[in-house]
Amino acid sequence: MRDSISKKQECKLIPNQRVVGKWHRNSYRIIRQLGYGATGTVYLAEGKEGLVALKIASDSMSITSEVNVLRQFSKVQGPNLGPSFIDTDDYVSVNGVYPFYIMEYIQGEEFLPFIRQKGVEWVGILIIQLLKDLQELHQSGWVFGDLKPENLLVSQKPFQVRWLDAGGMTRVGRSIKEYTEFFDRGYWGLGSRKAEPSYDLFSVSMLFINRAFPSRFEKDSSMNPTQLLTKFKEKEELKAYEPIFKKGIEGKYSSANEMRNELIALIKNTSFSPKPLYNNSGSTKTRKRNKVKKQKESNKKRFRLIGLMESMLVGSFLLFLYILYLFGQTV
Amino acid sequence: MGRGTIRQILLLTDGCSNSGEDPVAIAALAKEDGISVNVIGIVDNGDMNEQGISEVESIAESGGGISQIVYAKQLSQTVQMVTRKAMTQTIHGVVNKEISQILGEEKELEDIEPEKRGKLMEVVDELGETMDLDVFILVDTSASMRNKLPMVQEALLDLSISLRSRTGKNHYALYSFPGKRKDIDKLIQWTPHFDTISSAFKKLSMGGITPTGPALQEAIRLFQKRMKKRGTDEDERFDLEEAGM
Repeated sequence: MRDSISKKQECKLIPNQRVVGKWHRNSYRIIRQLGYGATGTVYLAEGKEGLVALKIASDSMSITSEVNVLRQFSKVQGPNLGPSFIDTDDYVSVNGVYPFYIMEYIQGEEFLPFIRQKGVEWVGILIIQLLKDLQELHQSGWVFGDLKPENLLVSQKPFQVRWLDAGGMTRVGRSIKEYTEFFDRGYWGLGSRKAEPSYDLFSVSMLFINRAFPSRFEKDSSMNPTQLLTKFKEKEELKAYEPIFKKGIEGKYSSANEMRNELIALIKNTSFSPKPLYNNSGSTKTRKRNKVKKQKESNKKRFRLIGLMESMLVGSFLLFLYILYLFGQTV
Repeated sequence: MGRGTIRQILLLTDGCSNSGEDPVAIAALAKEDGISVNVIGIVDNGDMNEQGISEVESIAESGGGISQIVYAKQLSQTVQMVTRKAMTQTIHGVVNKEISQILGEEKELEDIEPEKRGKLMEVVDELGETMDLDVFILVDTSASMRNKLPMVQEALLDLSISLRSRTGKNHYALYSFPGKRKDIDKLIQWTPHFDTISSAFKKLSMGGITPTGPALQEAIRLFQKRMKKRGTDEDERFDLEEAGM
């Protein structure tokens, strides 16, 4: 539906096709299509650098914006802040001129399948990794915007979450460029679409819920903000994360670091049982605590019982002495 | 930097016009006045007929705007996206004009090497965020639109969330067509706040015909009235005058 916006035909590239840039004359051989997004199509390609990802679109405005963002991060890039930027150019085909750019090819597993096949503790771990990168991103004055599983990958050895799409990246203080309704606090009536750290942290919270509801859900007509929390409570396996989730959707975290620290503390103090049926640490913990409490209570009861028996014993002994005394008097 | 105002008409309809002037011609007129016309064609379950689709596209094309055909369900995200894209397109158009003035005819953004293009795009992005925006929303309320109106209402509320997050100022006006006696009926007068939209939808009257052309014509007239008025701070009095109808 999206592309009737621009009149120009979508640029389809086929395997083994060569794409040569108009300006820099670099040549890339297409291997296969990797994905399709709102602003263009991404292909795996081979250039002189080896394997790269090539994103091509019909509209140069959005591509140029994305390149601007990627460039920004290539200058000051840590190891994880998204794919690194390599080249940008135009591809001249018979249908017209198509702008494209080249970025690092990140190999890995898709986020949702990964966390669904691994235990529920992995959601927390990957999100801790993600929050570290987000903290860095926010500090440099940017907000991710379109944060969702489709824009995340888990690279292996060691497992590390990486992000893919820079399309939604927005300077702090502006309005979010691109978003997906399920992960957008504006859609749920829980805040504005102004780019600020809490916007991303809302989306992070929604990653938890997306694990439990892979096909997602829509808001119903009688929407109120508590609906999300009710949905969350439906899923027993997520219960341990509830306090983090709640604060995240309510916008109560002022920074990614704050959320990260709380998540780390929570995971440390939670035992995630390996059995999926019982992998709900929160409830075992409370159950255990309840047991201890009960024990304490019954101990207390026992003490009270002993005390009562003691006093009764003493009482009856005194009574016995008294009777003896009375006997002595009468006799 | 001087901040201009971007003017848009956003037309939400589900079919063909069947009364009055040709909307495609009127849209061309709007473009001449510096107002872009964006059209969203709302499809129900079945498809919109060919004629309807082609009219939606033609109006936007001659109005210098963007068109999109969507299912009612997807309306929210589409409305905000079309508005945003149209804004960028308008600014892009202005920038392109500047470029061809500097570099000569037939030169556009695509003719500049990618590095410099990036710098220009930063300016376009900056302007899109900070320029003021006037959106004249025109909702088709012919009988077939009845069951789509709740979705329209929601989409417009959603649009206001997006626009409120911008740095620049936004003003909206909401009109429906056909009106009770006239071509269009005012629902909400120019305002920066969009909170009254729910109550505005309650007083909607549904009509049989679809006078898209005359409705656009009226929209342009109202836009011009506003442009003349700008800065004289008469908006409030204007509101009172018209509230009696």
